[in-house]
Amino acid sequence: MSLGRIPRWAWALVVVGLWVVVWALTKGTDTLALPGREHTDLHNELTGWRNDLIAGRDDNALMQFTGQIADAALKSVDWLQRMLSRPNYPRPVPEIGWLGLLGIIMWISHAVAGWKYAVLNGAIMFIAAVMGLWADTVDTLIVTLLAVICAVIIGMPIAVLIGTSDWANRIIGIVLDLMQTMPTFVYLIPVVLFFGTGAPAAIVATLIYALPPLIRVAGFGIRQVSPTAIEATDSMGQRAWQRLFKVQLPMARRTIIVGLNQTTLAALAMAVIASYVNGPGLGRPVVDALEIADVGRGLVPGAMLVLLAIMLDRTTTAASERSELLARSGGGNRRHRWGSLAVGLVAVGVMIQMSRVYSWAATYPSTGWSSDLADGINKVASWVFSTFGDLTGAFKDLVTYGLLNPMQSVLAESPWFVSGAAILLLALVVGGFRTTATTATVTAWTVLCLTGIWYLDLWHDAMISLNMVLVATLLTMILAVIFGVWMARRPRVDLMIRPLLDMGQTIPPFVYLVPVFYLFDQTRFTAIFAAIVYAAPVAIKLVADGVRGVPETTLEAGRSAGSTAWQEITKVQLPMASRSLVLAANQGLLYVLSMVVIGGMVGAGALGYDVVLGFSRFEEWGKGLAGGLSIVLLGIMLDRIFRAAAVTGSSTPVRRRTRRPARAEEESNDRVEPLAVTG
Amino acid sequence: MKNRWNRGVRVLGVSACLALVLAACGDGSIDKATDENKEAQAECGGDGELNLAVNPWVGMAADAYVVGTLADQELGCKVNYKELKEDVAWQEFKGGGVDVVIEDWGHPALEDQYFAEKGDGSAEDFGPTGNIGIIGWYVPPWLAEEHPDILEYENLNKYADKFKTSESGGKGQFLGADPSYKQFDEAIIANLDLDFKVVFSGGEAASISAFKKAEKNKEWMIGYFYDPQWLLAEIPVKKVALPEYTDGCQDDPAKVACDYPETELKKIVSTSWSGDGGAMVDLVKSFSWTNEDQNLVAKYIADDKMTPEDAAKKWIADNPDKVDAWLGR
Repeated sequence: MSLGRIPRWAWALVVVGLWVVVWALTKGTDTLALPGREHTDLHNELTGWRNDLIAGRDDNALMQFTGQIADAALKSVDWLQRMLSRPNYPRPVPEIGWLGLLGIIMWISHAVAGWKYAVLNGAIMFIAAVMGLWADTVDTLIVTLLAVICAVIIGMPIAVLIGTSDWANRIIGIVLDLMQTMPTFVYLIPVVLFFGTGAPAAIVATLIYALPPLIRVAGFGIRQVSPTAIEATDSMGQRAWQRLFKVQLPMARRTIIVGLNQTTLAALAMAVIASYVNGPGLGRPVVDALEIADVGRGLVPGAMLVLLAIMLDRTTTAASERSELLARSGGGNRRHRWGSLAVGLVAVGVMIQMSRVYSWAATYPSTGWSSDLADGINKVASWVFSTFGDLTGAFKDLVTYGLLNPMQSVLAESPWFVSGAAILLLALVVGGFRTTATTATVTAWTVLCLTGIWYLDLWHDAMISLNMVLVATLLTMILAVIFGVWMARRPRVDLMIRPLLDMGQTIPPFVYLVPVFYLFDQTRFTAIFAAIVYAAPVAIKLVADGVRGVPETTLEAGRSAGSTAWQEITKVQLPMASRSLVLAANQGLLYVLSMVVIGGMVGAGALGYDVVLGFSRFEEWGKGLAGGLSIVLLGIMLDRIFRAAAVTGSSTPVRRRTRRPARAEEESNDRVEPLAVTG
Repeated sequence: MKNRWNRGVRVLGVSACLALVLAACGDGSIDKATDENKEAQAECGGDGELNLAVNPWVGMAADAYVVGTLADQELGCKVNYKELKEDVAWQEFKGGGVDVVIEDWGHPALEDQYFAEKGDGSAEDFGPTGNIGIIGWYVPPWLAEEHPDILEYENLNKYADKFKTSESGGKGQFLGADPSYKQFDEAIIANLDLDFKVVFSGGEAASISAFKKAEKNKEWMIGYFYDPQWLLAEIPVKKVALPEYTDGCQDDPAKVACDYPETELKKIVSTSWSGDGGAMVDLVKSFSWTNEDQNLVAKYIADDKMTPEDAAKKWIADNPDKVDAWLGR
């Protein structure tokens, strides 16, 4: 099937034109708008269901069971905290003070990754001690570590399952999609219901978010093991478990460790959100700073989280490379290695003992540097705000009045059935008519998701959120194309910008929420801007990699024909990288979508506000849940439309929200087929 | 090769001796503090631990840290501060995760679920904190001065145009507050036929900085605010008079057309915790102070950037009379 000679964008214009005409005649009717603090019968039913669960919690077997798990988790975290980070009351300090733990961490780093990493990690942990963030930093490490251990225990069997069975891959794939698109705040509510608050809730919430990368990547690795190797060993009559443990797992080892690395970083990314249920760690000072709108006091612990991410990322990567090397080269200088580790062990013993008896080695003497640094940052920040405040305000107004408000008016102020029909038509224009299968898929998913949103009674809010998501994605893509092309054409620019992008991806969004808020007030644009900061790095990297992938010979051919730089970009590089552009748009969109709830905390309203409200007010729980589910439905709908636009036939899941999108992209790129040329 | 082994063993031996020596010459300060804590803990009562919920506004942190610091320093309790939203905090009473919610602004739905009359009886009202909560609609002082008639709700529509923003869809913007708080502003606006739209600020800090900015740049703004709140000492925002509160006028959320009532803030505690008795229960029971007291401690935290612990210690040191009364001395 095809759309004939008229290009897709012209069809889209026709649909939008019709929509605007209908909107002009009908605006303001049947919009299904629901005031911010009102709820419907459906929401009350959901709330009532939760209330019954709480009332019956003593007799509910499932809740008893999860309660016991939570107890066990609480006890182990508490024990670790008493050992390492918090006073083991009545002892005024932990059993092992900062000096001792510093030694332990350096020794482990040396043992698994090499002395360079011992120095790096020692320096990072020392900064934590000096900055007065020791206890919170260690708490974050404890929660992350336990979550990763649980992820391995739960995730590896599932990874094996999806690696060896096609139907499992398909079904579990959907569940993983759901786990990754669901806004964290939505499942925080049920998690608290079943696991209480504090460390257990933090671990479970972290697990839900951090598990999918491991399962996906490890499953992918097992799947990729060469069939010849399996056949060869099968022919020798091995059993299934032998095949798994002697062939598939060892051969997929490198990929599995990549998955583990991504899971670790995803777990760390949850540190701030976990503090909303009193999870221990560095998220607490970040959220406290948000509460008093203090830029510096949020940035200091936020930067510490970035350092921790660097530490865990580099160390696990180095450890995997090194173990590979050791496994290949046999012994090497084994005696020397053991000798240095033994000496190190004694040194660590001394450090631990010192940290038990000297109070300076137990808790680092308070320096006040953290506070001074925060004040310094605040001074710079307030200069920036007062100097550029008017400029940023004008930019905000330009985007809001020029783009955001008109689009929102058409989307949200049309009658619901008009918007719904228009969205379906646009979805078909963008993603349909490639093959019968894609047309059917796009129609089915769009209708299903829109019906779901309508059923959840938050249609109007969903349209406002959808509008913000679309505007943010559009701006993200403009940035991605400009910077992506620039980086691809100028290696030096790439070298300068890439570290900034890495930082943008690791720093928790809550940290820059305060400065963004000062620049743009409590508006939808604040949320959009924060979402762009979060989503742009991924999109820029994907576009840069795609443009760089255009073969040099093609460019040479163009140049010899005398094309200008502008022609080269618009006629050769961008069209040939169109696959990457679509992938970047899809990833950018999902990143933006994950920021909808956070937008609700800075005055953007709509679905984000509903979710935060449901999390905050007892009687609004059902509305919050409905809001969260609506976000999920929006995400699934947009994702399916984009996938249909990007591929023909194949329904390969695009990996998302992993901390290393560039790497994930390499893998998924192999399986995504080129865009069908329109017209 | 043998030589190297020997050297290794020697290094190990020397180091081990060094460790022993170091261990032996500890200054003993940690052990001493441990013993002192052990003695003090007996006074606290219960299991020696006090779990205080800290909900997301600075005023509540002021209450919690003053009580917590006293329980820690004077009674030897181990105090845990739990940063939670109200909803979750109440849910934790039963399991013992939270013992005390020190400042409650009135949550009928939660009381139905957890008080003995209708719910599971895991929570109880432990009396007023002494603070009177005054929720209402406020404008920055400069606005009240230049247009005094704005303090009557009847005149708001006259000025609605001035309050327009990019977010308010052609109407005047009314700045709503943190989702946690009790708010009927949308209903009030609709039922009083006011030409305004509620835009929610998202949090306490957002509302505060909006009022600060409006006062500094003489911008038009109106929003939900409340006393006790430390900002009032710095910027005395002015309350707009709405139709007076009468009993029951806020019973149906959709039909509210009256002002918020003055609320006696109260302490809510876990029944299993209060049943155990002891010094910390008595302390929480007798804790009571004024709006000015709370505003001062909250200002130390939010404006002077003191840590909550330091702010509480400073106030305790400056107010020995009140503290002694709570401790029954």
